[in-house]
Amino acid sequence: MIAPSKPDLVTVNIDGREIAVPKGTNVIEAARLVGVDVPHYCYHPKLTVVGNCRMCLIEMGMPAVDPATKSPIMDPATGKQRINWIPRPQIGCATNASPGLHIRTQTPQIKDCREGVMEFLLVNHPLDCPICDQAGECKLQEQATGYGRGYSRFIEQKNVKPKRTLLGPRVMLDDERCILCSRCIRFSKEIAKDDVLGFIDRGSFSTLTCYPGKKLENNYSLNTVDICPVGALTSTDFRFKMRVWFLKQTNSIDTESSVGANTVVWSREGRIYRITPRRNDEVNDTWMADSGRELYKAVQATDRLTAAKVNGAVSTLDLALGAAAELLKVGRIAPSAPSPIAIVGSGRSSVEEQFLTKQLADALQAPTHLVSRVGEGDGILVSADRNPNTRGALVVGLVSDLPKVGTALRAVRTSSTQSATTDGSESRPYQEIHVGGLSNLAADIDAGKIKTVISVGEDLTAAGLTAAQLAKVAIIYLGTHANATSAAAKVVFPTLAVFEKNGTLVNQQFRLQKFTKAVPAPAGATDDLVVLVQLAAAAGGPALPADIHELWKFIAASVPALGTMTFANLPETGLLLDATPWAGWSFAEGATLHYQPAGGSPP
Amino acid sequence: MPAAAQRRIIFAHIDEPGYTNDLACYLQHGGYAVLRRSMARPPAELIDEVKKSGLRGRGGAGFPCGVKWSLVDRKSGKPIYLIVNADESEPGTFKDRYIIHQDPHQLIEGVMISCFANNVKQAYIYIRGEFPEGARILERAIAEARAAGFCGPNVLGTGYACEIYVHRGAGAYICGEETGLIESLEGKRPYPRIKPPFFPAVLGLYQCPTIVNNVETLCHVKYIADVGGDAYAKIGTPNNTGTRLLCVSGHVQKPGYYEYEVGKITLGELLYEVCGGPLPGRKFKAIIPGGSSAKILRMGETFALKNKDGTTRQLAVEDIPMDFDTLAACGTMGGSGGVIVMDDSVNMVEALANLNAFYAHESCGQCTPCREGSLWMKKITTRMVHAGARSEDGALLKSVADQIAGRTICAFGEACAWPTQSFVAKFGDEFKGAAETKPSTKSDHAIELV
Ligand SMILES: Cc1cc2nc3c(=O)[nH]c(=O)nc-3n(C[C@H](O)[C@H](O)[C@H](O)COP(=O)(O)O)c2cc1C
Ligand code: SF4
Ligand code: SF4
Ligand code: FES
Repeated sequence: MIAPSKPDLVTVNIDGREIAVPKGTNVIEAARLVGVDVPHYCYHPKLTVVGNCRMCLIEMGMPAVDPATKSPIMDPATGKQRINWIPRPQIGCATNASPGLHIRTQTPQIKDCREGVMEFLLVNHPLDCPICDQAGECKLQEQATGYGRGYSRFIEQKNVKPKRTLLGPRVMLDDERCILCSRCIRFSKEIAKDDVLGFIDRGSFSTLTCYPGKKLENNYSLNTVDICPVGALTSTDFRFKMRVWFLKQTNSIDTESSVGANTVVWSREGRIYRITPRRNDEVNDTWMADSGRELYKAVQATDRLTAAKVNGAVSTLDLALGAAAELLKVGRIAPSAPSPIAIVGSGRSSVEEQFLTKQLADALQAPTHLVSRVGEGDGILVSADRNPNTRGALVVGLVSDLPKVGTALRAVRTSSTQSATTDGSESRPYQEIHVGGLSNLAADIDAGKIKTVISVGEDLTAAGLTAAQLAKVAIIYLGTHANATSAAAKVVFPTLAVFEKNGTLVNQQFRLQKFTKAVPAPAGATDDLVVLVQLAAAAGGPALPADIHELWKFIAASVPALGTMTFANLPETGLLLDATPWAGWSFAEGATLHYQPAGGSPP
Repeated sequence: MPAAAQRRIIFAHIDEPGYTNDLACYLQHGGYAVLRRSMARPPAELIDEVKKSGLRGRGGAGFPCGVKWSLVDRKSGKPIYLIVNADESEPGTFKDRYIIHQDPHQLIEGVMISCFANNVKQAYIYIRGEFPEGARILERAIAEARAAGFCGPNVLGTGYACEIYVHRGAGAYICGEETGLIESLEGKRPYPRIKPPFFPAVLGLYQCPTIVNNVETLCHVKYIADVGGDAYAKIGTPNNTGTRLLCVSGHVQKPGYYEYEVGKITLGELLYEVCGGPLPGRKFKAIIPGGSSAKILRMGETFALKNKDGTTRQLAVEDIPMDFDTLAACGTMGGSGGVIVMDDSVNMVEALANLNAFYAHESCGQCTPCREGSLWMKKITTRMVHAGARSEDGALLKSVADQIAGRTICAFGEACAWPTQSFVAKFGDEFKGAAETKPSTKSDHAIELV
């Protein structure tokens, strides 16, 4: 990777502490670096600065210079350059670091400013925390503890505004709670590029609304819920389901495409309640698509595989492993003849699973295939390659070429709209994804060259194989959900969904990113790594550990880019791998946030 | 000593019998001769004349016009725009409308001279929505001037091209604030911009350097281009040069609009001599000297002002010369020149309730202190008038106003806080006394603006 050019550093003084920050850093961010909190509402690091909440007021001063000679004016008392303090408080969000900038945040004036803004924000606020979903993660609650009066001087009637307005299928608005910070408006315009929100009326009667005839229904609408500092915007999916302070947060990765948006999975007692984005300035900033937030629902689906099967009958894991081992013994006609066993790997598997699949393939000297999933990228955070880990298969050597783009179409909704469309109509069209890449395997089956297929998590029918082709081979299937392949398979191993295990994925930038286990697997399902390790051993491969930390020693040894990295030490924001072996390849992705394809084709 | 006579420069032809607002009449009175002469001079020289004149903006803040022009970013390579602020919305102010209605070509000539001086190719006149007649008159005047070559693609045959467009507001006071105006002109809600970074001189209309001047200011520019900056600077008083239009409304015998050399007439002379004193049987009680946002003055107040030599002098309200600096030293401002007079029939709580209703209605709602504070103040004063006051309301009002002023995006914050701060400070006894009197039962619809 090209090292980012060193920005100009300037030294600023915040509450008496000096710190060097890149020129132009605003006071809120600079203060963060010295551990000083500047409370704020409207400022968001990834949106334009509008300075409307006035919570971030600070005192600002600059070193005094003689206007004529430009030489510093010294303060005889301290022996240092005198500081000219501006009497009027300034907003920290729009005050940028310049050499010698002095900031005071702990003065009586600033305390008074903050208390004033807090009081103003609450005079017309319904104060309905007990029935508000935002409670527990509300900036108003947080700042009120620091700057609230604790009693009200307001004895008049509060303003009345619309309650429970559906802005779109996934977002509910309570205008009385809205503090008019305009974050949601700016997000829609600047990031989602879908300018549908605005204020109407004026003064204290200002009201957030959708433009006439418009809905907030783009695939990024839920980000407005994330960044709304108060409970004005809530998710129709999460609303009233769970108090946030009961939820456990687990870092994860969005697997809907090769972008690999960083996420947090919120769960309680083994059940996932929501998925939200996790900040990674190199990948997804603070955003993620709505579609990625619904992936947890599949985990709780009724068609999960929960028991190993042999010839359609429920079996123990050991018996299933034995049956699979028998199938793997189907020898070749001659030692030099090609293997009659083929392996279908998956771009949805983790790097660790792909590594073990590769070990299995090597032991069997079996040809490997990868299922491709290519749709249309949205130019933001859903890329054309809907496999989250195509690059991983290249890095571990599971395949040496990109799978062909398939012709079998599968429709996925960009985000579910069932729950809450006002008129019951589908507000978002289905998106078509080309699934495939198995045409060579199909030809080999038709030609009778392949007798056994091991599918690691892929539904072969969805990937384009016909029922007739499936009937011609013995299938060993590892997977999470029941489908045509699991139904046709001789041996079925129920495995884990991404939220139930640990692992890594390599995104489109060749960034290795870690996901961790959020919830326990359903009873009867087995970790993919356990199954793969056993199969590899049965095929005569090396003895490998199923424990991910131990396994990583082997992976690191075979992937030079990893060096001495361990799974535990892998940074939460990922690790960029050396992509030079694949330079000049034409991958499926167009430009998305923080990603430009090598050819630099426009988004 | 009798009050000085009016000196009508800008209003030279206002209400003059036979003077019409068409081009022919303007030309008969020597119109556009100054533009012709100015365009023969280097633009920088014209800017210099304005600097030398000491002209201060007549829109409200009294910012020196020459300094404003010299702050314009001329190196950016972007076009420079000129915007004429004809939003005239400050309560008590009604001067620009007379220029627009009766002498529009004077404004257009001033605009063209200013454009030429600043290398502006496009100028906009932003006129308040409530002036439909003014907008029509301006449109016609511009068409006439354009047909005669005083503006348009080839001004006076020099090859210099400059168009003037009229843009009508939709009825919002905040569109008079220059950056709110710019947003509105761009077709957006008139949310004033944060400064820094959006100083109009650098990042104004369409993020290009922009000059925003009041209608009256630009008419003064025309006069300065005519007589020269030095000659203009001799009119009025030092640092408060030229003449100023004063709009007197309220409880005087002769309300109206007057033009005086700045600082050459005192408030007392204006009220008693020019405007004929109070109504029969009444006494003056209070004056807002520069538009509704200016802090109120109480009759009988005196001010201790510092002289140049360090000594202090006592100044009674009646003796305040109507100039920028003295009014500022007395804690108020010359503002927009709107002098609002109240006599002893006025209940100050009701008067403030009226003003607060206006500000609560006009706050754009963008920033917290102004948005919430202006309505809260209105709710308090409305309650005081109609539903019962409490003895602590005065202190509460002051505290709310103090939490607004100096902490907002635009000067509306001060504009809405200053009336409350000054009313409560100067008529505190009436605010306290309100608790003892029964609430007024008369329905006052003016207060129910919101
Ligand atoms: C709330 C508010 C309202 C204003 N309204 C007007 C107005 O109606 N007309 C005007 O000329 N200036 C108005 N101003 C002042 C303008 O922002 C700006 O200072 C002025 O147009 C500059 O012109 P000048 O330098 O020629 O005075 C207003 C300012 C504020 C803060
Ligand atoms: S809904 Fe939330 S994010 Fe949007 S303006 Fe209101 S408070 Fe801000
Ligand atoms: S001070 Fe008032 S008018 Fe000005 S930007 Fe803020 S809310 Fe709007
Ligand atoms: S964060 Fe809202 S004004 Fe600075």
